Amino acid sequence: MSGDAHQEKPEEAAGEHGDGHGHGHSPHLAHHFDSLQQQFEAGKLGMWLFLATEVLLFGGLFCFYAVYKANHPELFEWGHQFLDKRWGATNTMVLLFSSLTMALAVREAQLGRKNRILFFLSITFICGLGFMGIKYIEYSKKFHEGLFPGKSFSYATVTTAETERDLLELNVVAQKTDISRPLAEVVLIEPKAKGQVKTPAIAPGGRAINQDEIDVEIEKQSGHPEGDGLYIPPAELPKSARPPNAHVFFSIYFCLTGLHGIHVLIGMAVMVWLMVLVVKGRIGPEFFTPVDLGGLYWHLVDLIWIYLFPLLYLVE
Amino acid sequence: MKPDDKASAGSDLSSQEVEQTSQETKISGPSYLTVTNTLTSWMFTLDHKRIGLMYLVGVLSMFLLGGVFALLVRTELFSPIPLITPLFAGDDAGAQADLYNQWFTTHGAIMVFLVIIPGVPAALGNFVLPLLLGAKDVAFPRLNLGSFYLWMCGAAFFVYVLFSGGVDTGWTFYTPYSTSSPTAVIPAVVGVFILGFSSIFTGLNFIVTIHKMRPKGMTWFNMPLFLWATYSTAVIQVLATPVLGITLLLLILERTLGIGIFDPQNGGDPVLYQHFFWFYSHPAVYIMIIPAMGVISEIIAVHSHKRIFGYRYIAYSSVAIAIFSFIVWGHHMFTSGQSTMMNIIFSGITFSVGIPSAIKVFNWIATMYKGSINLNTSMLYGISFIFLFTIGGLTGLFLGVLSIDTHLHDTYFVVAHFHYVMMGSALIAFVGGLHHWWPKMTGRMFNEFWGRIACTLVFIGFNLTFIPQFVMGSLGMPRRYYSYEDKFQIYHQLSTIGSYVMAVGFFLTAFYLIQSLVSGKKAPMNPWGGNSLEWHTPSPPPLENFHGVPSATDPYELDQFDYDPVTGNYSSQSSKGLA
Repeated sequence: MSGDAHQEKPEEAAGEHGDGHGHGHSPHLAHHFDSLQQQFEAGKLGMWLFLATEVLLFGGLFCFYAVYKANHPELFEWGHQFLDKRWGATNTMVLLFSSLTMALAVREAQLGRKNRILFFLSITFICGLGFMGIKYIEYSKKFHEGLFPGKSFSYATVTTAETERDLLELNVVAQKTDISRPLAEVVLIEPKAKGQVKTPAIAPGGRAINQDEIDVEIEKQSGHPEGDGLYIPPAELPKSARPPNAHVFFSIYFCLTGLHGIHVLIGMAVMVWLMVLVVKGRIGPEFFTPVDLGGLYWHLVDLIWIYLFPLLYLVE
Repeated sequence: MKPDDKASAGSDLSSQEVEQTSQETKISGPSYLTVTNTLTSWMFTLDHKRIGLMYLVGVLSMFLLGGVFALLVRTELFSPIPLITPLFAGDDAGAQADLYNQWFTTHGAIMVFLVIIPGVPAALGNFVLPLLLGAKDVAFPRLNLGSFYLWMCGAAFFVYVLFSGGVDTGWTFYTPYSTSSPTAVIPAVVGVFILGFSSIFTGLNFIVTIHKMRPKGMTWFNMPLFLWATYSTAVIQVLATPVLGITLLLLILERTLGIGIFDPQNGGDPVLYQHFFWFYSHPAVYIMIIPAMGVISEIIAVHSHKRIFGYRYIAYSSVAIAIFSFIVWGHHMFTSGQSTMMNIIFSGITFSVGIPSAIKVFNWIATMYKGSINLNTSMLYGISFIFLFTIGGLTGLFLGVLSIDTHLHDTYFVVAHFHYVMMGSALIAFVGGLHHWWPKMTGRMFNEFWGRIACTLVFIGFNLTFIPQFVMGSLGMPRRYYSYEDKFQIYHQLSTIGSYVMAVGFFLTAFYLIQSLVSGKKAPMNPWGGNSLEWHTPSPPPLENFHGVPSATDPYELDQFDYDPVTGNYSSQSSKGLA
């Protein structure tokens, strides 16, 4: 332990850029450091510590996840069906690709090739933008369906729509059949499978009625084509019954992805700032610390998503 | 060197010394206090010493505010019938009780988050740490200024809370009450959240500074023990505080959106909040006490003029306490319905914290043994610390025993225990450190006579306040009630009188410290005989901290100094020989 003061934490002084510093009086050298090397190592250690705090910040939310996954797995079984695996997988690819371009930007910064740094940084930025765009699509769908976290969770509106449809259905049936007869005697014939020829059955003492007829009539009367916001086609309805406190899954989903999204936005702001620095000519092979540290941050944001995707989307 | 010179060195020492010091001031030029003096030069300063001083002013103002609320609480408790709450809340008993709840909450939250946590690390540490390292500044000066403004911002939220009707949840913000309390919970929680980030950035800065900016020749085991203590503290600050941050965010979301994590009404689990909260707040107890122990290690060694006993054990015990701090949080929840197995495990680990703490106490006492003790104000605070911390630590072990905790949980015994640790130890060490480094910070000596009187008053007042609380707590007096059974009145009255005595002591301290700024004697370079690097630069130090590049000294080689009664300076025998 009691080695030279500057030999601590050798992994921070990664070999490849260990050299090339150490000449005093550089414009990049702050007055309280002895050498650029010391300044670089201090910055890097500081960044790693900051990333540690970020991991712990998310750690609290992962605990939230773990406790509820252990105690209430039914929330996850029910809730995850609303998450679109295709969008999730696409976003994973987008972020992984952006990590590659970020790493390339750092490499180019070490070599001091200005245009290439700008190119790779802007690709990274665009990937961030794409990620947020996809998240926007996903979030709007959830909001549309009333899948909010907490008290404003209103998936119940769908149930209302279901009853609304039931009412309409009863009305149609009543119109199409003999109203004077009690409704209980009406027989609904549901198509067993797609493509099956629907043969009207004769109900005892009443008129047989086909489900398709009802659907057409409901559409005509309510002006609600299928797939309307209020009405979710049965195929997309969750397969299991809604558990109590189902909203907690969406609390977890929105807390985790929301905090992550904020970090992506911050990362995008960092990209812009880095590009400004590059344009101003502040970045070169002698001083690329900002790009390096920005890259570390971006990789962490990426890494967190790598955990979020399977934990939330691939629960089965 | 002629032998004559050496002989005359003894007799003419004083006049030479005077010349020497006057020469020193000539060479030194302006100090960090006088180099520029515009408002912006303070507001936007990147100098760790000025930032440290600004923290100090802030922390002491908040200490005054928190202290006023403590006195309000104690005054109300002088009698079991409502005494002063009716003055503010009218005749309605419910309103009186609510007001009392707001008072103790405000007292607790201000003292914990705005005074004790930033006290030693941010105020004293900021000033002293780079000096101890012989560095020009901390590693990230801008971040340092940023932490200070975050602290100010957090403090502003608390002041806002005071004016918007207070908060009455207790400083722990326990759910489910904190999700339904009609008071200003959210502003208070946002304030704590911001203060948390201030604390994180300070810790991050200190870790990097200690890792990367030690002078040539200073190895880990050559550092002053205060640095070991601040390092261990900084690790806790960096690793525990983010968890508090996310907990408070979730609490805000629970209160606004009802996300169903902590509130059973929404499907949440209130005990989960307690786990989250104490995962930070138990380590936070050590954020308060470890740097205080570091201060005491310096004070005891310097004012005993003797090498610190068991250096490595003190250093390692700081690290050990930091590690243990993360795995004992469950002892706050023995009665919350944790499983028995968890209780047993947490209870066992809690006992083990006693080991490194006791190692420190024994080492300090061994340091004093056969030392040449100077019973000045700082040393009196140091000795008070050892006495009070021993009581605070040992009563903590009582509370760690499961069966006894069931009886004592939420009584005044707990209140007395943590006041012995937080106030009797952490805050007393802060005040001791303030006296120890006051000449270095301000360049002025304070009045020793009044210093000793004030310290004695604080010590007597403190014990008078809290020893009766141990007694009434074990008799069953619960905490957080504004009224009580008549049989407890005598203890409450003793306690209240003690708090007044303590207040007199602190006001006296404020008085003579301010007086020293106006008319105090100029401080010499080394008024106490310390050998760590801050005593090798003028008082107050120049902007760049040192003239030239300092090289590491042995901070505990303390028996080499001779005291000069004329200048009040300690100078090393070897350098005098050369003169």
